[in-house]
Amino acid sequence: MALPNHTPLNYRIWHYVYLTFCGFVFFFLIAPLFVILPLSFNAEQYIHFSAKMLALDPEGFSLRWYEDMIYGTKNPWGLATKNSLFIAFFATIGSTILGTVAALGLSSRHMPYKAAFMALLISPMIVPLIISGTAIFFFMAKVGLAATHTGIILSHIILGTPFVVITVTATLSGFDHSVTRAAASLGSNPVNTFMKITLPLIMPGVISGALFAFVTSFDEVVVVLFLAGLENTTIPIQMWVGLREQLSPTIMAVATCLIVMSTLILVTAELLRRRSERLRGINR
Amino acid sequence: MSKEQILSSDGIPLEQSLKKAERKNKLKAVLLVAPLFLFILIIYVFPIGDMLFRSVDDRMITKMLPKTYTAIEKWDGKDLPDEQVYEALYQDLAYLKETKTYGKIIARLNYEKGGFSSLIKKTVRKLGKFEEGDYKTQFIKVHKRWGQNDYLVALKNTAPNWTYAKYLKGVDLKKDKDGNIVQQPEDRRIHKILWMRTLNVAFWVTIFCFILAYPISHLLATLPMKYSNLLMICVLLPFWTSLLVRTSSWMVLLQQQGPINDLIVWIGLAADDNRPELMYNVIGTFVAMTQILLPFMVLPLYSVMKTISPSLMRAGKSLGGTPLVSFVKIYFPLTIPGIGAGCLLVFILAIGYYITPALVGGASGSLISNTIAYHMKSSLDWAFASALGTMLLVGVLAIYWIYNKLVGIDNIKLG
Repeated sequence: MALPNHTPLNYRIWHYVYLTFCGFVFFFLIAPLFVILPLSFNAEQYIHFSAKMLALDPEGFSLRWYEDMIYGTKNPWGLATKNSLFIAFFATIGSTILGTVAALGLSSRHMPYKAAFMALLISPMIVPLIISGTAIFFFMAKVGLAATHTGIILSHIILGTPFVVITVTATLSGFDHSVTRAAASLGSNPVNTFMKITLPLIMPGVISGALFAFVTSFDEVVVVLFLAGLENTTIPIQMWVGLREQLSPTIMAVATCLIVMSTLILVTAELLRRRSERLRGINR
Repeated sequence: MSKEQILSSDGIPLEQSLKKAERKNKLKAVLLVAPLFLFILIIYVFPIGDMLFRSVDDRMITKMLPKTYTAIEKWDGKDLPDEQVYEALYQDLAYLKETKTYGKIIARLNYEKGGFSSLIKKTVRKLGKFEEGDYKTQFIKVHKRWGQNDYLVALKNTAPNWTYAKYLKGVDLKKDKDGNIVQQPEDRRIHKILWMRTLNVAFWVTIFCFILAYPISHLLATLPMKYSNLLMICVLLPFWTSLLVRTSSWMVLLQQQGPINDLIVWIGLAADDNRPELMYNVIGTFVAMTQILLPFMVLPLYSVMKTISPSLMRAGKSLGGTPLVSFVKIYFPLTIPGIGAGCLLVFILAIGYYITPALVGGASGSLISNTIAYHMKSSLDWAFASALGTMLLVGVLAIYWIYNKLVGIDNIKLG
């Protein structure tokens, strides 16, 4: 931001102080993530920047921790990845369907007690995970679903739906209902109208809700920590266990993979958001 | 003069068929919400109710010593109870010994009064040698504590089916033997410190987040789109990244041989052999939680600031206000809804934080959630974990309610 020529000096100083402060905050936000990347390529066993790494000597870098992550003898990451993907996949499908259908109802102007229902359906996002975890654990133990994939998937559906409800209702708030009425007047039945007209239009909201639900499940530790047995271990659980013991370069390698994944998800979510804004702009 | 009724094409009064259509639409909306509502009710709301129930439930021991409690009910607690009580106790204990289930009552009774553990164990061991008749003398012969009023009063005190003792324990209080509520002994007062620390950390993390987030949200909202979109990535990438990844990056940074300590030594603030502890204490918790929760402050602030027209500030200046005056009188008041939303959100999230304090907080930086987890996973005092959870839940729901009143829950913005 260039300042006009006539800006007085004291304001000029303030402006640069402000920009420097902002720069510092952005650095504070993003820099910690980038510490992980080089360390995952460390040739040594220790989690700090070796002299060779700082000198950019190729010998200071290696892929051995990625190798260890994939082929390591006591390798928990294969099972953990399989479980994480399996659980997140079904939890995402469940949350997306339940959340989208509920959002359709909540967005209807005929819905009674809208605010109260909304508050209840969003609450799993607000209530601390430790409480949700405790309560869900008691329930799952009672019905015999503790230490099963089903139990974990069901609880992740609960934790994921608020995000779907929020993103889909936000998309529906700019939705032009005359298009569905037009479809109905042309003889389409409600299901057909939904599949052919409403769903394609709210798709960006649904997908970004699904992404949130996926990340929530994929990243969730606390509930799984209570529910999981050895068979149900997930990536976050393995990271949690590893971090409690000691920082290892293999964990840095896993973390790097997760950062790459979240970057991809972020890009997808951003593209969807822009598309959704464009679509809603046309509707207005 | 009666008004002529308007009829729809099928001869039904229009008003009536409109009402019918309205009812149908209402039913349709409710049916759409119903599946998720029922799902959450069964797998989420009821279990939380069950948790509340567990925190006050004290029926286990009453069920295990049924005869004793029936007999001891009539006892006034002054002189030693009569033979009847001892006989009932003998029968109950004999049954428990037979089914090998007396372990549970030992834990419960010992919690009520220390010393019950050895008392019950010894009694159960000697139970085989008991002869019929005059159980009172035989009990006292096995252990003299059976002849002390204190222990029998403690036994009687465990009779009610419901107890709020766990809640008292949660705030470092307890009932003494006369039923008065008193403070725990000095060395056992740990929970009040934890509650205060949790509130303290949540409060200061909220303040730090606000101080850091306000300027950058302003910058993001006022910069041209192509620059702000780029900078927004700095906010959104951490937001989308796994919590454990972010926590582990702080563990790397804050460790004793880590980059931040290297920097401190290099500047000369500390000697190389005397590096400060930045992790496993409350400093680690503060720093890591502030960075992790910062996006939750930026996003609501940004979405509010985005709606403030820059012409308002220009108008303020053209009317003779200095930049500072225009900011204080015009801009800041307009951002208050965003500040409220961001602060409440960060505070709610911070107060129940578990993973980060557990990993970087150490003993002096652990919060109430860590204690709940400890009682769930290690000490297995689930009733106490439930009581602490309930207390935390009540606090969070109170803030949630305020949030809902102030901001409206449907105004939460995500990304």
